[in-house]
Amino acid sequence: MDLLAFGKTGWGDELFIATLMTIAVSVTAMLIGFLFALIFTPLKLSKNKFLNLIGNFYTTVIRGVPELLVIYLFFFGGSGAIMFVASIFGYNEYIEINAFLTGSFAIGIISGAYSTEVFRGALQSIDRGQYEASKVLGIKKNIQFLKVIMPQMLRLAIPNLSNVWQITLKDTSLISVTGLVEIMRQSYIAAGSTRDPLFFYSFAAVLYLLLTFLSMKLINRLELKYSRGY
Amino acid sequence: MDLELMSSSIPKLLSATVITLKLLSLSLFFGLFIGLIFAILRLNKNIFVNKFAYGYSYLFRGTPLLVQIFIIYFGLGQIEYLRSTVLWVVLKEPYWCAIIAFSLNTGAYTSEILRSAFQTIKPGFIEAGKSLGISSKIIFYKIQIPIAIRQSLPAYGNEIILMLKGTSLASTVTLMDLTGVAKYIISTTFKPIEVFIVAGSIYLFMTFVIHSFIKYLEKKYSFQ
Repeated sequence: MDLLAFGKTGWGDELFIATLMTIAVSVTAMLIGFLFALIFTPLKLSKNKFLNLIGNFYTTVIRGVPELLVIYLFFFGGSGAIMFVASIFGYNEYIEINAFLTGSFAIGIISGAYSTEVFRGALQSIDRGQYEASKVLGIKKNIQFLKVIMPQMLRLAIPNLSNVWQITLKDTSLISVTGLVEIMRQSYIAAGSTRDPLFFYSFAAVLYLLLTFLSMKLINRLELKYSRGY
Repeated sequence: MDLELMSSSIPKLLSATVITLKLLSLSLFFGLFIGLIFAILRLNKNIFVNKFAYGYSYLFRGTPLLVQIFIIYFGLGQIEYLRSTVLWVVLKEPYWCAIIAFSLNTGAYTSEILRSAFQTIKPGFIEAGKSLGISSKIIFYKIQIPIAIRQSLPAYGNEIILMLKGTSLASTVTLMDLTGVAKYIISTTFKPIEVFIVAGSIYLFMTFVIHSFIKYLEKKYSFQ
């Protein structure tokens, strides 16, 4: 237990901060994923063949390629791509991008592909009658979406989004390869300097279990809230 | 776009694909056994057996695969006792450590898939078997298992694809699988996009083949 002491003698405070980092990356990645889903769900549902193709390309490629490969693409290609864009605007200095942003972005793109599928499924299973009824009542299109369609869609989507959250949370362990100090990276450092990998990796497993357990509790509450009346 | 690099990396990546496929097939083979055993334990009425099987699947589904590999590869070697046993022959090889981690991981997911498949079998099928005087052992092997396999095909197909992507983690314990070699080429040439396109296409092709194969099996074993 000395190994987990807070302060200079143990790894308790480092691991605590690393856990907060894991949570921060997961939440950021999930939000970035929602942004991607916001763009790609309409594309997947669009009647235009070309837009449809773009939407399908995104979800198929990202869900068919290992997460680690996507992370390597961003880790090695991220700053190059930004420098290329910057050079168009006449900025030729070396730009190093933040590990937190690269990591969140890489995981966000992956999580977005899963979220897109969830939102598409939820939107498609809403009864046509709901659209027709709100049209008959003379409700405007954007209000129809916000007040009629979206609440129903969320009820259907939340159980599946909770799966996406679990996947995203676990995927963040992979960005430890880029050097961002989250749970896995901190355990790696601690295991290296104390020569006690068994203890630290098991403790990392406990931390992840705790995170998945607590987030499930929270999501269940959310689920109850949105399924009121059913 | 460096087309020359792309074409020269194809043979290297393809030979690494063999390792990926070996890892995948062995893990799925062991994982199916583990999954079947734990699914049966989950259906056991004894509360301890039941809870044990649930704990196993909860533990492996609630933690990242990377942690599991690291515990097995870096962690187990620390136990002095293990190093003196025969097990050490297996555990000192990163290849087998990866396979053990993957098998245990996919076993946990498979046990959940099979459990829900067993639970959705209509009682009528088992009752029909009983009324024909078939012994409960044969009912299990000849009625319950085939129906459960058919029921779980779509979910298991997804699990195979998830496992294919999971094998990429073998590269973190020094194995040169498809992702490992791709990373090596990227870090020596600094051409991430080209290598990503080639390696990604190989992965997508494998996903496509697995997906089509499962669709074919689903059709072949459908109830109609």
